[in-house]
Amino acid sequence: MDLQELINSLSLEVKTPELNLHREVTGGYVSDLLSDVIGNAHKGTIWVTLQIHLNIVAVASLKELAGIILINNRSPDADTLKRANAENVPVMTSTLPAFELVGKLYALGLRCR
Amino acid sequence: MRSLLKYGKGVITVGHCEDGIFFLTGKDFTSAGAASSNLKAVLERIGISHDIIRRTAIAAFEAEMNVVIYAVAGMMKYRITDTEISVTVQDMGQGIPNIELAMTEGYSTAPDHIREMGFGSGMGLPNIRRNSDNLSVNSIVGEGTTLEFVIKIKE
Repeated sequence: MDLQELINSLSLEVKTPELNLHREVTGGYVSDLLSDVIGNAHKGTIWVTLQIHLNIVAVASLKELAGIILINNRSPDADTLKRANAENVPVMTSTLPAFELVGKLYALGLRCR
Repeated sequence: MRSLLKYGKGVITVGHCEDGIFFLTGKDFTSAGAASSNLKAVLERIGISHDIIRRTAIAAFEAEMNVVIYAVAGMMKYRITDTEISVTVQDMGQGIPNIELAMTEGYSTAPDHIREMGFGSGMGLPNIRRNSDNLSVNSIVGEGTTLEFVIKIKE
């Protein structure tokens, strides 16, 4: 599904509005362990995490993920957003905790790949 | 950029070889990832295929993060030939007492504050092995670790 549509459906706040958000989301992955994401997340998936430091951008970029959703309204570091813009990685926040957010993503039809 | 002479089937072909080095600083999580990102840019400039670049960048990132997490300082050297990419990451760190254990998925000695950042899940070395064609790790406790991985460039 389209990332912009997903953002609208889940009322996500976009932290990188400069980036083009019309991109294909092929699935989802939730993890707070960076090497787990590197090892197991598939290209094009949306990543749900509570981590907010700038190394998450490197991971999303390496794995060519569709974007990152931060849970519980966690605010990304300024450095994180700077790098996200530079590396073309959309970052969004949700007011929901991970469990509920992932439930909604699943209900929208997203799976782990 | 250096030129390499290769001899095969009586014909001399001139291939290319490129190498370089990046320095790594321990505990510097702000610059962490810069070396693997720069290496990725080098591979893109040369025109290496997408899948090879992705695998190299992932393995290099994991190796770089290990230096940032565990060592005082280190360096990443790369060498790209027509047939393969080899990356050597050498650090001045605490060393790995049991490499076999360190290669086990889920095993980690990372301290709590590192784990809170989402590192130290014990998947770094397994991820490097998974993305490379050859991996060797040599370590001396109290001195440091040298890790080398090779990724073959398919014709």
